[in-house]
Amino acid sequence: MTAKRLWLPVLLACAGQAQAVDFSGYVGAQQRWFYDTPADPRQGDAPTAFNLEPEWFVDWNDGDDQLTFKPYLRFDSDDDERSHGDIRELYWLHVEDSWEVGVGISKVFWGVTESQHLVDIVNQTDLVEAPDGEEKLGQPMVRWSTIQDWGALDLFLLPGFRERTFPGDEGRLRAQVPIEEDDARYESAAGDKHVDIAGRWVQTLGNWDVGASFFHGTNREPDFVAETRGGQTVLLPWYRQVTQYGIDAQVIYGEWLWKFEGIYRHGGSKDFGAVTGGFEYTRYGVFDRIWDLGWLAEYSHDTRDEQSTTGLQNDLFVGARLAFNDAASSEVLMGISQDLDNSNSASGKVEASTRIGSATKVYFEVWYFDSDDPRDPFYPLRQDSFVELSVEYYY
Amino acid sequence: MKVVRHGWLTVFMLMAAAAYGIPYEGTPEEIGLAIMKESKARDEGWGDSTADMAMILRNKQGDESVRQMVIKSLEVQGDGDKGLTVFNEPRDIEGTAFLSFSHILEPDEQWLYLPALKRVKRIASQNKSGPFMGSEFAYEDLSSFEVEKYTYKYLGEEPCGELMCFKVESYPVDKFSGYSKQVVWLDQDEYRVWKVDYYDRRESLRKTLEVSDYQLYKDQYWRPLTQEMTNHTTGKSTVVKMKNIEFDTGLTDADFNRNALKRAR
Repeated sequence: MTAKRLWLPVLLACAGQAQAVDFSGYVGAQQRWFYDTPADPRQGDAPTAFNLEPEWFVDWNDGDDQLTFKPYLRFDSDDDERSHGDIRELYWLHVEDSWEVGVGISKVFWGVTESQHLVDIVNQTDLVEAPDGEEKLGQPMVRWSTIQDWGALDLFLLPGFRERTFPGDEGRLRAQVPIEEDDARYESAAGDKHVDIAGRWVQTLGNWDVGASFFHGTNREPDFVAETRGGQTVLLPWYRQVTQYGIDAQVIYGEWLWKFEGIYRHGGSKDFGAVTGGFEYTRYGVFDRIWDLGWLAEYSHDTRDEQSTTGLQNDLFVGARLAFNDAASSEVLMGISQDLDNSNSASGKVEASTRIGSATKVYFEVWYFDSDDPRDPFYPLRQDSFVELSVEYYY
Repeated sequence: MKVVRHGWLTVFMLMAAAAYGIPYEGTPEEIGLAIMKESKARDEGWGDSTADMAMILRNKQGDESVRQMVIKSLEVQGDGDKGLTVFNEPRDIEGTAFLSFSHILEPDEQWLYLPALKRVKRIASQNKSGPFMGSEFAYEDLSSFEVEKYTYKYLGEEPCGELMCFKVESYPVDKFSGYSKQVVWLDQDEYRVWKVDYYDRRESLRKTLEVSDYQLYKDQYWRPLTQEMTNHTTGKSTVVKMKNIEFDTGLTDADFNRNALKRAR
């Protein structure tokens, strides 16, 4: 990290006739309240956290060359593992007429569904950030993209594996058996130096947007190996080699968006397939106001059934989004995932947000987890439902 | 030229046309269409342009909220135009970009890029009557003007400031439009729009757009630097100010695709 910090100014200087560096980003503060007794007395009830994500951006050659540097820092009052830093982006992009190439650390998103992102596999999950896995770590990559009549093609070379982050002993939202994340095991002899490859094609065909993707390399999602250390059982992350094929599709019919993602993953403990599909239906002008109300419903299935690591093996997600279309961009999102095999396994989230002034966002969130089945991936979180108030200032 | 007589109104219109020297004859519908065709024809061939746009949202109490964006536009012959809008303010949505391919009768194709997630989302364009970024402009108010999107009726002449205007009623063809009709004032010299009254589906006057500060570009194309939309129901208004309008910037189709959306800023 130190080395990277040193060569960044050099790179910026090399930008030659570059325009002024654009500096932006945000600082945030969050307060969480866990209202149930923790499963482990070392875990706190009301952690306070701060985060910041500055961004430096410069472009030259009329925007055909762009350099972005976006580090990220998080401080958590309770959890040493959640206090962490990452380089979200340190990326040079060069654009030609029909293709572009990018080198460095960056993030890509694949897919169309909302309740989970099956095909999205390039970036590792920054799990200490949020229990829903929506936050990602920066991934070193070489990316080549082209857009032709037959669609958009992205090809990736991914050197350098990022290990998943896990909450520490004093943190909530974790398994009770400690995870020794610094002692990960790898199936590949190259360990975390294995160079992964990936590709994705997307095309718009009238009302349809379709995509197909491919990944071969170190699985982002670890299996775990149990070991006894000092009389205590610990889990070691076990990163296997996998090949994943994915397809995604979305079609628009009027106010309806129909969405589908499917994957087949080969390798790991067991080959499996998984799908998520559903719809988003949005109406403007509900309740005779200028509000938008959107409904979401998605069904997920995983052929591993109860051995599924995502917890969405036969689950229905139902959500709603109410946007007030006001100057403060106020909106409320809510969603709940219900296991159709077990009525006592469910998780949900409500998020309300608004803007104060011109640069401050305020979020109020309620996260809910319920499970009585020890095999369920949500089971360790059953005592960890929480409320969070957060403020972000953008500059 | 074939003259069709549809009754007293038509006869009156023809008389009016003769009296004031309007270079059109026919039914009010034919005259309305001819005026709008002429307005569109005069603006054809502009090619491509970029501009900085500020939207100032005002509520009844006078509180203001500002959106800053950069707009890139590409003229498409025989179809609606392509547009790329990148937001700079509010700061929390900086880098958010909106790509639209407008079409004449088919629904527009629209994509939104969310930079924090690095996600490109296709969005349904049928909710075109909804507000754009909390402003008094609906998405459909910002879509490119195409003659075939409406049917027309010429209402007569009316002074508009120092100019004399044609007054034309436009009826949206698309049943998903939020309007039953729009009344448009265009000046007789240059066929520029100066004012639009928007009537909602219940036929009541909902909004008025007032356009001013026209500038001439490339010796042919008029662009307004100021547009103000007032909502008569809520008392809120939105002022759009354009700056740094440039033509012939070398934009091509390649600047209006999925990859361009992701790197736009």
